[in-house]
Amino acid sequence: MTDKAEGSLLYLDDVSVSFDGFRAINRLSLVLEPGEMRAIIGPNGAGKTTMMDIITGKTRPDTGDVLFDGSVDLTRLDEAAIANLGIGRKFQKPTVFESHSVEDNIALALKARRGAFAALFHRRSSVEQGRIDALLETIRLSEKRDLLAARLSHGQKQWLEIGMLLAQEPRLLLVDEPAAGMTDAETAETAILLKEIARTQSVVVVEHDMTFVRALDVKVTVLHEGSVLAEGSLDAVSSNPKVIEVYLGR
Amino acid sequence: MAFLRLLAILAALIAGLQPALAVRIADADLSSHVVALGVGGFDAAEKAIADLAATGDDRVPTILDRLGNGELMVRKADGAVFAVEKAGLDFRLTDLVTGVGAGLAPKAAVEKIKVNNRIRRAIASAVGALTLMSPDPSVRRAAAEAVMKSADVAAIPVLDQAIAAETVADIRSAMLAARATALLASDAPEADKVASIAAIADLGSRDALGFLSGYTSAEGAVGAAARKAAAVIESRLMLWDVGQNLWYGLSLGSVLLLAAIGLAITFGVMGVINMAHGEMVMIGAYATFTAQEAIRSSWPELFDYSLLIALPVAFLTAALAGILIERLVIRWLYGRPLETLLATWGVSLMLQQAVRSLYGANNREVGNPAWMSGAFAVGDIQVTWTRLWIILFALAVFFALIGVLKRTRLGLEMRAVTQNRQMAAAVGIRTPLVDALTFGLGSGIAGLAGVALSQIDNVSPNLGRGYIIDSFMVVVFGGVGNLWGTLVGALTLGVANKMLEPYAGAVLGKIILLVAIILFIQKRPRGLFALKGRAVEA
Amino acid sequence: MITTFLIDSLDRRGRIVVGLLVALALLVPAGNLLVPEGNVFHVSTYQLTLCGKYLTYALLALSVDLVWGYCGILSLGHGAFFALGGYAMGMYLMRQIGTRGVYADPLLPDFMVFLNWKELPWFWQGFDMAWYALLMVVLVPGLLALVFGWLSFRSRVTGVYLSIITQALTYALLLAFFRNDMGFGGNNGLTDFKDILGYPIQAPGTRAALFAASALMLAIGFVIASAVVRSKLGKVLVAIRDAESRTRFIGYRVEHYKLFVWTLSAAMAGIAGALYVPQVGIINPSEFDPAASIEAVIWVAVGGRGTLVGPLIGAVAVNFGKTWFTGVLPEVWLYALGALFVVVTLFLPRGIVGLWDKLVTGRAKPAVEANGAGRQTGEAA
Repeated sequence: MTDKAEGSLLYLDDVSVSFDGFRAINRLSLVLEPGEMRAIIGPNGAGKTTMMDIITGKTRPDTGDVLFDGSVDLTRLDEAAIANLGIGRKFQKPTVFESHSVEDNIALALKARRGAFAALFHRRSSVEQGRIDALLETIRLSEKRDLLAARLSHGQKQWLEIGMLLAQEPRLLLVDEPAAGMTDAETAETAILLKEIARTQSVVVVEHDMTFVRALDVKVTVLHEGSVLAEGSLDAVSSNPKVIEVYLGR
Repeated sequence: MAFLRLLAILAALIAGLQPALAVRIADADLSSHVVALGVGGFDAAEKAIADLAATGDDRVPTILDRLGNGELMVRKADGAVFAVEKAGLDFRLTDLVTGVGAGLAPKAAVEKIKVNNRIRRAIASAVGALTLMSPDPSVRRAAAEAVMKSADVAAIPVLDQAIAAETVADIRSAMLAARATALLASDAPEADKVASIAAIADLGSRDALGFLSGYTSAEGAVGAAARKAAAVIESRLMLWDVGQNLWYGLSLGSVLLLAAIGLAITFGVMGVINMAHGEMVMIGAYATFTAQEAIRSSWPELFDYSLLIALPVAFLTAALAGILIERLVIRWLYGRPLETLLATWGVSLMLQQAVRSLYGANNREVGNPAWMSGAFAVGDIQVTWTRLWIILFALAVFFALIGVLKRTRLGLEMRAVTQNRQMAAAVGIRTPLVDALTFGLGSGIAGLAGVALSQIDNVSPNLGRGYIIDSFMVVVFGGVGNLWGTLVGALTLGVANKMLEPYAGAVLGKIILLVAIILFIQKRPRGLFALKGRAVEA
Repeated sequence: MITTFLIDSLDRRGRIVVGLLVALALLVPAGNLLVPEGNVFHVSTYQLTLCGKYLTYALLALSVDLVWGYCGILSLGHGAFFALGGYAMGMYLMRQIGTRGVYADPLLPDFMVFLNWKELPWFWQGFDMAWYALLMVVLVPGLLALVFGWLSFRSRVTGVYLSIITQALTYALLLAFFRNDMGFGGNNGLTDFKDILGYPIQAPGTRAALFAASALMLAIGFVIASAVVRSKLGKVLVAIRDAESRTRFIGYRVEHYKLFVWTLSAAMAGIAGALYVPQVGIINPSEFDPAASIEAVIWVAVGGRGTLVGPLIGAVAVNFGKTWFTGVLPEVWLYALGALFVVVTLFLPRGIVGLWDKLVTGRAKPAVEANGAGRQTGEAA
C-alpha cells in the first residue's frame, strides 16, 4: 500500500472511528518499528483502548490503514486471525480463565495449532511441558500451578495474563495498564519483566502510572481526543506545553 | 317461482333489519285493510293488496309474503283474516297485525284465501315497491342487493320505478346494477346487455365480480365486456384486500406491541429475562374477568364501563405480582441472565397452576361492552370496534410509557440506574426500590395488555404462553433497550404476518416469519435499532 | 487408538458411572425376563420401559450439559433435535407396519392414505431400511444444528439472544410439524408401531433389548462426552464459557469450537430421541414444545451442570418425581417443577453433584457456578 509502511511492524495511517457520532479515534497515525517498545499515555477517553481494539480486530475503523509487518491489512481479519499472526493482547482488567488451573491457562495460550480437531486429539508433548514450566518460572507462579486461576490475587492474575501472552509467542504485545492495582513492588517487577520481553519482541504499553512509564524508559506517544498530541522521550513530552495543557488544564 | 323466493328474502330482510325509520299506522287501520283481503274475488284482493301497500306500513311485506305462500285464511264466523299454522287436525291462528295468537280453529271454521298468478304479480310488485321504495335507505340498499343476487327478470318494472324515485346516488347505482343483472339474465338485445355490464362494473363489489364471472366465458360483445369489467373489479378488489390485510396486520401488530411493551421495559431497559412475562398478561386478563364478574353481580348498570374499571385493577394486580417476583427471585440473579430465565420460567409454571387452581382450567368469558361490539366498513375494509380500540389503546399505553420514562422522577431514576448503577446509588437513588418499581411498571403494563387481550383471546391459564415467544421476537427484532424499536418491530411483524397469510396460510406464514427473524438476528444481532459503540461492548 | 483415547479420558467417577450403566444394561433386562414375577428382584415390563425412558432423557440431558455446562450456550431448543431423531426413528417404524395398517396400504402409512395422498413423499424414501433411518437419526439433527450453529456462532449471537432464537427454532418446528401438509402425521404424529428390526415392538424381549440399548448408548455417550470435555478442546470450551473474547484474542476460532460441540450435542440428542420413540410407542409434535426443551435444561441444573454425572442424576431424579407426582398429586406437579426451577437457580447453582461434593467429599471443585454462564453473557449483553 504505502511505502512508508515498509519495514515497520505496525503501521496506522489516518485511522478514524466513531460511535454514534462520537469520534473515538480521529485521524490517528502511528508507526512502530520491529523490536521497539512504546509507551502510550493519555487522559481518559483519549482513545487508547479503542486503538487496541482496532489493532486486534475487535473494532473496525471507519477509514484509514492498519498494517502489520508492512503489508498485512489487519482491518480485514478477525480477532483469532490477528492473534495467530502474532499480536497478543493483555486487557486492562485482568481476564484469565477462572475455572482452569494456572497451568492450564498457560497451556491453552501456548502457541499451537488452533483448530478444533487438533485440540480434540491434542496430547501435551514434553517440549510443550518444558515451555509451560519455563513460563511459570518467568511469571513466578510455579508454586501455584495447580491452583484455580480464580483464587489468584489481582497482581498474580495480571502476571498470569502476561504469561499467557508470552505463551502465544507473539511478535507484538499490546499491554493495557499492566500496573493497575499492583503494589509498588509488583509494579517495579512488572517493569523489569516487560523490559526483558522487549529484548525479543515489540511491545506497546498503555499506562497511566508515570513512575512506571519512567521505569520503562522508552519512547512515549501522548494520545488526546483520538489523535497523537506529542511523541518523544518522557522528558520531552512532559515539557511539551500542549501536553501540560491537556493534563493540567489551562 | 324464483320471484317468490326473492319475496321471501325481501320480507325476511325487512323483519331482520328493524328499520330505523319504521313506518307504522294504527293497528286498527291496518286490520281493516287486512280484512279486505278475505272479502273474496281476485279483483277485490288485488285492490286490497294495493291499499295495503299504500299504507307503507313495515308489517305489510311480511303479510303479503304469507299471502303469497298461501298461509292466510279467513275465519268464516266473522271474516277476520289470520295467519295459520297446522296443529294436528286444527289450525293455530295468529293475528297478522299484532302477532298475538288467536287460539285454535277446526278446519271447517276457516277458509284459505286463494292466490293465482295475477295476485302473485300484484304481491311481488307491492313488496318490491315497499322495500325498494321504503323510506329507510338501508332497507332500499338491502333490497337492491337482494334483487341483484336473485337476478330476477320480473323485478325489472318495480326497479324502474324505484330507480326513478331514488335520490341517494350509491343506492341508485346498486338498483341500476340490480336491474342490469336481471336484464342480463333475460333475452334482451345484446347492446342492452353490454350496457348492463357497465352498470354492474360501476358497483365494483365482490358480488358484482361473482355475477360477472358467470358471463366472462360468454361469446361476443357481452363476454368481452364482462371480462374487461371483471379485470377492472379484480384489480380494485386486490387493492382493497391489501388494505384489509394491512388493517389486520396493524391490529395484530398492536396486540404484539401491547404484549411486548412491558417486556421492552423489563428486558430492554433492565436486562432481565422474564419468562413469566406472559403470565403477567394472563394475570391482567383474569383480573379483568374478576372485576367484570364483580360488576355484573353487584353493579350491573356499570357493565359498559367494566373494562375501564378493570384497567387499574389489572395494572395494580400485575404490577404487584411483578414486584413480588422481583423482590423474591429476580433480584438475587442480577447479572446472571440465563439463571433469571430459568427461575422466571419456574415462576411462570407456578402462576399458571395457581390460576388453574383458582379459576379452573377452562376458558373464562369476558364480555364486550356495547361500545366495543360491532363493526363498520371503510370502503371494502371491515373494521371491528374491538380491534380499533385495541390499536388506539396500544398506542396510548406506548406514549404514556414514553412520557413516564421521559418526564417523571421515576423515569429519570430508572434511566440513571440502568446506565450506571454505582453512580446512581452514589447520588442517593435507592436502586433496589427503583429496580422493584421498574419491574412493577413493566409487569403492570403486561397486565394492561391482559385487559385488551381478554377481548379477543381466550382467557385461560395458557393465555400468556402464546405471547411470550412473540414478545421476545418483537423486542429483539426492534432492538433491545429501544422503545421506538419495539413499536416499529411490533407493527412490522404484525403487518408482515398478515401479508404473508393469504399466500402461505396462517401457520406457514408464522413459521416463515420466525425463520426470517432467526436469520435477521444473525445479520443484526442487536436488532433493527441497535445502540452502537462502547456502551454496548462494555 | 480411539478406544484408548476414550477410556483414558474417564476419571474415577466416570468409570463408576460407565460400570453402573453396563451393569444396568445386563441386570434389569435379566430381572425382567429371567426372574419370575413375585420375586423381589423381578422387574415388571412397565418399570423396565419407564426406566428405559429415563435413560433416554438422561442422554438428552447429557447433550444439553455439553453445550450449556461446558460451553455456556443455553439451548432452549434441544427438544427439537431430540424430536427430529425421534421422528426419523418413527418414520422407520411406520414403514415397518406395511400392510398391517388400518388401510393395509403396502407403501403409504395410514395417515397418508387418510389424507388421500397417492405417493410416498421423497423425504420418506429410504426409511424402510434400518441403516438409512439410523443414519438420519444422527444426520438430520446434526445438519440442522450445523446450519443453525454456523449462522449463529459466526455472527456472534450469544447468551440470552441465542437462547431465545433456539426457542424460536423449536417453536417454528412445532408449528410446522402440526401441519398435515408436512407429511409427518400432523397433530397425531406417528404411532401404532409394530416391528423394530423384525422383532415385535411390544414383546418383552424387544423391550428388554431396547432398555439395554438405551443404557449402553448412554454409557457410550458418557464416554464420548468425557473424552471431549477432558481434551484440550474441552478446556477451550470452558475457556469460551468463562471469557469468550479472551479466548478469541489468544487465537482460537470460538465459532468453530462452539459449532463442534453444538453439532455433537444435537446428534446425541437425536440418538436419545430415536431410542425414546420405540419405547413410548409414539412421537408427536408436542416433543417440539419449547416447554419440553426448558424442562430438559432444568434436569441438568438440578443434577449439576458442568459435571458429567449431574445431568444423568438430574434427568432421572426429576422424571421420577414427575411420574410419582402425576400419579399421586397431579395438580401439585407444576408447582413442584416451578419451585424446582426457582430453588435450584437460587440456592443450588451447582446442583445435586455440587451439593454432594460440598457435603460429602468436602472438595472445592472449580467455580463452575453462576459466574461462568453469567459472565459469558454479561460480556455479550
